[in-house]
Amino acid sequence: MGRNGNSGRNDENAKQGKNVRDGERGGHTGHAGHTGHAAPAADGRLPVAKTYKLYVGGAFPRSESGRVYQVTDTKGRFLANAAQASRKDARDAVVAARKAFPKWSGATAYNRGQVLYRVAEMLEGRREQFVAEVAAAEGVSTKRAQADVDAAIDRWVWYAGWTDKVSTVLGAANPVAGPYFCFSVPEPTGVVGVLAPRASSLLGLVSVVAPVIATGNTCVVVASEERPLPAVTLGEVLATSDLPGGVVNLLTGRAAELAPWLAAHGDVNALDLCGAPEGLRADLERAAADTVKRVVRAPAAEPDWTRQPDIGRLRAFLETKTVWHPTGV
Amino acid sequence: MTSNVWEYAPAPESRDIANLRPNYRMFVDGEFVDGAGEPLKTVNPATEEVLAEVATADASDVDRAVRAARRAQETVWGRMPGSERAKYLFRVARLIQERGRELAVLETLDNGKPIKESRDVDVPTAAAHFFHHAGWADKLAYAGYGPDPRPVGVAGQVIPWNFPLLMAAWKIAPALACGNTVVLKPAETTPLTALALGEILQQAELPPGVVNILPGAGDVGARLVRHEGIDKVAFTGSTEVGKEIQRAVAGTGKRLTLELGGKAANIVFDDAPLDQAVEGVVNGIFFNQGHVCCAGSRLLVQESIADELLERLRQRVTTLRLGDPLDKNTDVGAINSRAQLERIRELAAAGDAEGAQRWTSPCPVPEKGFFFAPTVFSNVHQAMRIAREEIFGPVLSVLTFRTPDEAVAKANNTPYGLSAGIWTEKGSRILWMAQRMRAGVVWANTFNRFDPTAPFGGYRESGFGREGGRAGLEAYLASGDEGAGI
Repeated sequence: MGRNGNSGRNDENAKQGKNVRDGERGGHTGHAGHTGHAAPAADGRLPVAKTYKLYVGGAFPRSESGRVYQVTDTKGRFLANAAQASRKDARDAVVAARKAFPKWSGATAYNRGQVLYRVAEMLEGRREQFVAEVAAAEGVSTKRAQADVDAAIDRWVWYAGWTDKVSTVLGAANPVAGPYFCFSVPEPTGVVGVLAPRASSLLGLVSVVAPVIATGNTCVVVASEERPLPAVTLGEVLATSDLPGGVVNLLTGRAAELAPWLAAHGDVNALDLCGAPEGLRADLERAAADTVKRVVRAPAAEPDWTRQPDIGRLRAFLETKTVWHPTGV
Repeated sequence: MTSNVWEYAPAPESRDIANLRPNYRMFVDGEFVDGAGEPLKTVNPATEEVLAEVATADASDVDRAVRAARRAQETVWGRMPGSERAKYLFRVARLIQERGRELAVLETLDNGKPIKESRDVDVPTAAAHFFHHAGWADKLAYAGYGPDPRPVGVAGQVIPWNFPLLMAAWKIAPALACGNTVVLKPAETTPLTALALGEILQQAELPPGVVNILPGAGDVGARLVRHEGIDKVAFTGSTEVGKEIQRAVAGTGKRLTLELGGKAANIVFDDAPLDQAVEGVVNGIFFNQGHVCCAGSRLLVQESIADELLERLRQRVTTLRLGDPLDKNTDVGAINSRAQLERIRELAAAGDAEGAQRWTSPCPVPEKGFFFAPTVFSNVHQAMRIAREEIFGPVLSVLTFRTPDEAVAKANNTPYGLSAGIWTEKGSRILWMAQRMRAGVVWANTFNRFDPTAPFGGYRESGFGREGGRAGLEAYLASGDEGAGI
């Protein structure tokens, strides 16, 4: 990445200015894992703040555009600069997702289940970090953030258990009227563009990503524009969970800028409009029609993600393949 | 010449059985009524004679039909116990069987397909589709869409001309089983069997408004799918029109299923049982004059047997009898319309221009009517139009491959993904190939099989949603949990 040096220098400059304001905030102590630039601890040590980048193809690049945007908490206080992904980043992410598809969709369901369970394990290990990030991003109490993080961990476990049951539940041996053996199996749709929920930065994100990859799809996710930081940290969890690079690609930036490229992209097979900007939804659906994408529309209001899911999101990104063979001697 | 061996005396089915009438009217709210659109004349494509004049719908008729469907859904059909809905559908299945011969002849007259196909495939499969879905109507809680699945509402359905009655059955039966009501638009060139089905629905005493049938051209379909009074759109037809419909439905919240075009690969390996493979390849592309969205229009043959297979294929195609669709010995009937014939000719000419080698069956071609002799292009390359575009006619494009990986890559090298065929004696290879086909239906050592219990539908630009089996019910059911969207 030829641009690294340049944008890296920008990041360093930004950090310096930031620490002053973070210091004014006081209160926010603790070390690694907290959102934004943590204030000096009581012992006077300056914590090491994190640079929030994209997660594409298993790596953490900055936006090729060199752009960042300021992320604030719900009270408008600065948390961090997030990468502002560009069209080119979105296209790179689609390439990575497509490249990852044959291996991930070809993995055994048992293997995918173990990888998703491993994500839950890794998330559990970083629970406190996510609680702090979710609380900061969403402006909710620590207790509420804990409940959301716990639910997110449990959601990975729930979907981990689904990987080797989907075919049994949705597939069939078809009793055709003739001398044939005929069966139908669900198969992953391919590369899914996901516009993550805007309010629920972690639980909502996990609730839309886990069902997509549980069945063998790969995806390009546009994180919540206002609350992107837990998504980037989730990328770190995914990167250390034996999930092959490219299966999940996380972009931060402007949904209104990125979504049209995903909706029109010929190598994206399906679109989840969950967190799509309201004024853009119909346009995105129209763009998706050019390549006959499967589209999951946005709900009227963001759902209560703490409720128990059904298998609708698993089914939404599956194709049914029917195979026939004659019987005889 | 082999053709001498295969002389047959003519064996025409009687056209009187079709009970053809000079005028047909729309079916709305349980009655046959005049339409405010310009009447259309439907033509026998085998003779170019006008068969009948058919009323068509205008905007006010679409309104009226949608209102009737809404009223029927809310006051009668949606509230009726599933067990009662089931009995209506069983009745319809039986009536189609009873009037099977009439329907087959009518279909052949209007569509041009050989009588043996309308008699042995279209009509019995249509009856089977109603019979299968009848049984679902009171068992929907077991279908896997929640404990209390509900109907979606009013469905607007637009169907093509290649299997007119069968496509009507594919659309209407699952919709009704799930408690929805229907406004159906049959294809402009083949409205007659759908209207005969309207009579059957009357005989079955189906409540008025549950099914409404509006003949007309594309403008009627366009009005129907854009109508604010419908909740669900189901379309079978070209990918081009499917995309238009998906655009039109965008932002409306209407549910949508699309069954679109295809460019299926029929893949023959060097260990395939060649005689069976030849039969399968012939069936795959010449069944129904190639007017089949899942037709095996690309033959991928392993290089080592390409010459031998092509030779046998030409011999077999030479024996296909082209001509009067009402003759029970006819294998290949008429192209459905002049417009379609011109499209086939245009694409075949593109095959010549791009350097493919054309071989045409030496069969005699009738002077009147729309006919196109079975044609095989060899030396076809992937970039040629005849390898990429859906011809929807009796034209086969032959390509070769060396390794299974190459076969997979070539088979999937298309924006479509409706079907695929695999011919080999090796079981593990069949399953390996079947896993890798990005297509909704894979036929191994067979081709073009259909059954109401077997889900049918496409990957990629061949559309989305399934018809048939448990999977096919999804399009017409709103799960109790829907809206939560977790």
